[in-house]
Amino acid sequence: MSAALVLLWCVAALLAIGFLAIALIRLSATTRVVYMASFVVCATAFTVALTHLIGKATSASTLVLPLGLPWLGANFRLDMLSALFLVVVNLGGAAASLYGLGYGRHETAPARVLPFFPAFLAAMNLVVLADDAYTFLLSWEFMSLSSWALVMSHHREQDNTRAGYIYLVMASFGTLALLLAFGLLASPSGDYGFAMIRAGTPAPWISGLVLGLILLGAGSKAGLVPLHVWLPLAHPAAPSHVSALMSGVMTKVAVYGFIRIVFDLLGPPAWWWSTVVLTLGGATAVLGVLYALMQHDLKRLLAYHTVENIGIIFIGLGLALAFEANGLAAAAALALTAALFHVFNHALFKSLLFFGAGAVLTATGERDMERLGGLIHRMPLTAFAFLAGSVAISALPPLNGFVSEWLTFQAILISPELPQWGLRLLVPAVGAMLALSAALAAACFVKAFGITFLGRCRSPAAERAQEVDRFSLATMFAFVALCLLAGIFPGFIIDAMAPVTQALVGARMPAQAAVPWLSIVPIAEARSSYNGLLVFLFIVSSATFAAVAIHRLASRKVRRAPAWDCGFPDPNPATQYTAGSFAQPIRRVFGPQVFLAREQVSMPPPGDTRPARLRVQLRDLVWDTLYAPIEGFIGLAADWLNVLQFLTIRRYLTLVFVALVALLLVLALWR
Amino acid sequence: MEHLAFDVAHMLAGGMVLVSFMLLYQDRMYGLLNVFALHALVLSLSVAWEALVQGAPHLYITAAIALIVKAIIIPLALRRIVQRLNIHRTVETVVGIGPTMLAGIGLVALSMALMLQVTAEADALARQDIAFALSVILLGLLMMVSRRNAVGQVVGLMSIENGLILAAAGAKGMPLVVEISVAFSVLVAFMVIGIFLFRIRERFDTVDLHALDSFRGDRQ
Repeated sequence: MSAALVLLWCVAALLAIGFLAIALIRLSATTRVVYMASFVVCATAFTVALTHLIGKATSASTLVLPLGLPWLGANFRLDMLSALFLVVVNLGGAAASLYGLGYGRHETAPARVLPFFPAFLAAMNLVVLADDAYTFLLSWEFMSLSSWALVMSHHREQDNTRAGYIYLVMASFGTLALLLAFGLLASPSGDYGFAMIRAGTPAPWISGLVLGLILLGAGSKAGLVPLHVWLPLAHPAAPSHVSALMSGVMTKVAVYGFIRIVFDLLGPPAWWWSTVVLTLGGATAVLGVLYALMQHDLKRLLAYHTVENIGIIFIGLGLALAFEANGLAAAAALALTAALFHVFNHALFKSLLFFGAGAVLTATGERDMERLGGLIHRMPLTAFAFLAGSVAISALPPLNGFVSEWLTFQAILISPELPQWGLRLLVPAVGAMLALSAALAAACFVKAFGITFLGRCRSPAAERAQEVDRFSLATMFAFVALCLLAGIFPGFIIDAMAPVTQALVGARMPAQAAVPWLSIVPIAEARSSYNGLLVFLFIVSSATFAAVAIHRLASRKVRRAPAWDCGFPDPNPATQYTAGSFAQPIRRVFGPQVFLAREQVSMPPPGDTRPARLRVQLRDLVWDTLYAPIEGFIGLAADWLNVLQFLTIRRYLTLVFVALVALLLVLALWR
Repeated sequence: MEHLAFDVAHMLAGGMVLVSFMLLYQDRMYGLLNVFALHALVLSLSVAWEALVQGAPHLYITAAIALIVKAIIIPLALRRIVQRLNIHRTVETVVGIGPTMLAGIGLVALSMALMLQVTAEADALARQDIAFALSVILLGLLMMVSRRNAVGQVVGLMSIENGLILAAAGAKGMPLVVEISVAFSVLVAFMVIGIFLFRIRERFDTVDLHALDSFRGDRQ
């Protein structure tokens, strides 16, 4: 049985689980059965895809089913790129299912989650497997709709319906853009199979147009600024393990769509494409993290970080385009590997962080950081896992986030070899933005972890928190281990990605298995190398040494004392540093330009005992300048066209008649 | 023989356009119904001629349906409705007869210019037939638009349908012509019966379409 066939059986099994969930929804055991079965199927698919990737199968595994368009059928193909993304999708899917075994028990409306969860997993697998435009778009839309149903599962909560509505509008808009793109790609022969599209070379203006449409279509799903507006609304609205899937995995499927079309189907790139992708990527990275810093809702903060990380991935992809267009294949392979590595890493640590946020939500019922705090004493294991995820996403060695961002920087450092002056100036600027976003991300996670887990409890709910169930903990610790392993043995992952870059840009990074002491060398030993294991051992040994030295030489006692309180011992936890106060310095720096921030202090007159109040107003520039005018225009047009609802029958007939005559006239004059 | 076949077909199809023009300037209810019966009669002749020329016996069925249903039964039924409901004997038009006729001439010119251009490869008989058929359809639409009266609009719709059947019969080897004509006849019969059963006059006291508009529930 070919690998593609096994994977399709997995998809069929997932769909069957969805139907089973509908049938058995009244039984209390259904939650466990559904998540267990999804876990088994995803683990199987993960193994198959990984075997295909590691085994370096020489030929792609294809399959045609007699579904869909009659003359085309439904084509599926498993090549290196789809194998890599299937690994990511099914790893995230298996983890979310395992986490759901514990988390799903607290679900208030399981009938709204259980049927759609396996369907969503099946849809993501199908998108990655699709080998013709029809199947791709159908699966893409299926993915959008099933995730929309999951977003709407708690539809009675405030703002969730609005989130679902905006998500639905943006998803349909994205699919429309992709539909037009495929229409342009398939125009000469009218064949929608990827094999035929790959064989043709479209005219330059057509490929430029297609690139723009793909950026709209895949970019809106991935969360590129300014198409990101739905993402921070929709991702947190779903149940936490689904948020992890949407943020960690579905955005990656969108990245897959971009890579598949731009690198694989569209033919050789022009150098100016990379300027668009790089600019968008840089802006997305910086704006995403700035928005994240302003958030006090834990899950929304994580969702904005997804926007930032998508920016980092697109910076890598833009660099790969620039190098490929100029024939620097080795450099293109480096940049593409960095982007793909970050895809994998982000799927790991963003899922981990959402699992942690879900654990906090289960334990306290709170997402607002201002009402959390002190959880490290009550949930020590969750706190450790969340800390590990924060370190990874802040790109600190020795965890995995550092490796991929370091590789991206290595690719940026090759940019002087590019012949175009525009790119030579742009790439360092984008590099500066990447560095800025990395630093701000670290600040943001100091805030997220510090306010949520450290200090004293800010609400009774946080005081009553208890450690979560063992399934959730097992999932989180499995991902912590994966983050660490990917961080200290990155060479294996880079080597696993080599066939993907070989197929897409015609080159691969140097084989890392041959490098001694598990170092990684992106270009040459003389330029740069990194050894995660060494860093890890150094950190562990120096920390151990310092701890031992302090305890041996200074004092053996563990002393608990009140934290320094500026001399005002106040029992009220509201006097602690808050999330808002943590973000204030950065808000002061970037606020006036990026958020049009306005701070207002209202002082009561002397003698009045009311407290003084500080009001901060932030505005979303993207929403104000881009979406609000569109919304206003659509509203106006709708009002204007509303008259058409109330015409007489004869006037409707006249409209039809005039339209018909006008079309005939156009035909008569145009021919 | 070849020449004669073409000329007769041409004459009959042209005759339909002529009768369509006659429909346009009728301002009496009975006159309108009589001219419509004539329209259907010419259609049935035309289809019968096509059947003879093309050697397609199934088209005789279409011709018979056109003759029996549309030239005899429906005009008689409409006449009964008009008598029973005691409708005004005049047909109110929206635009004057003169401008309507001018617009009709323009429409015929448009359909000729367009169809002769578009169907350059088809054989001459089909080309002429389709061009005439489009003219009949457009004139029927014009009639529906320019009448305020429900009976006038039904007649307009039926003349559109006659045009469609003319086109279908003229295109050689077009499948399902008979079925289409049967389906259309049933549709039109239902509409006529519908008007009769609804007894618009009893409910609304008029057959004028303006009266219907005021009963629409969705107006706010």
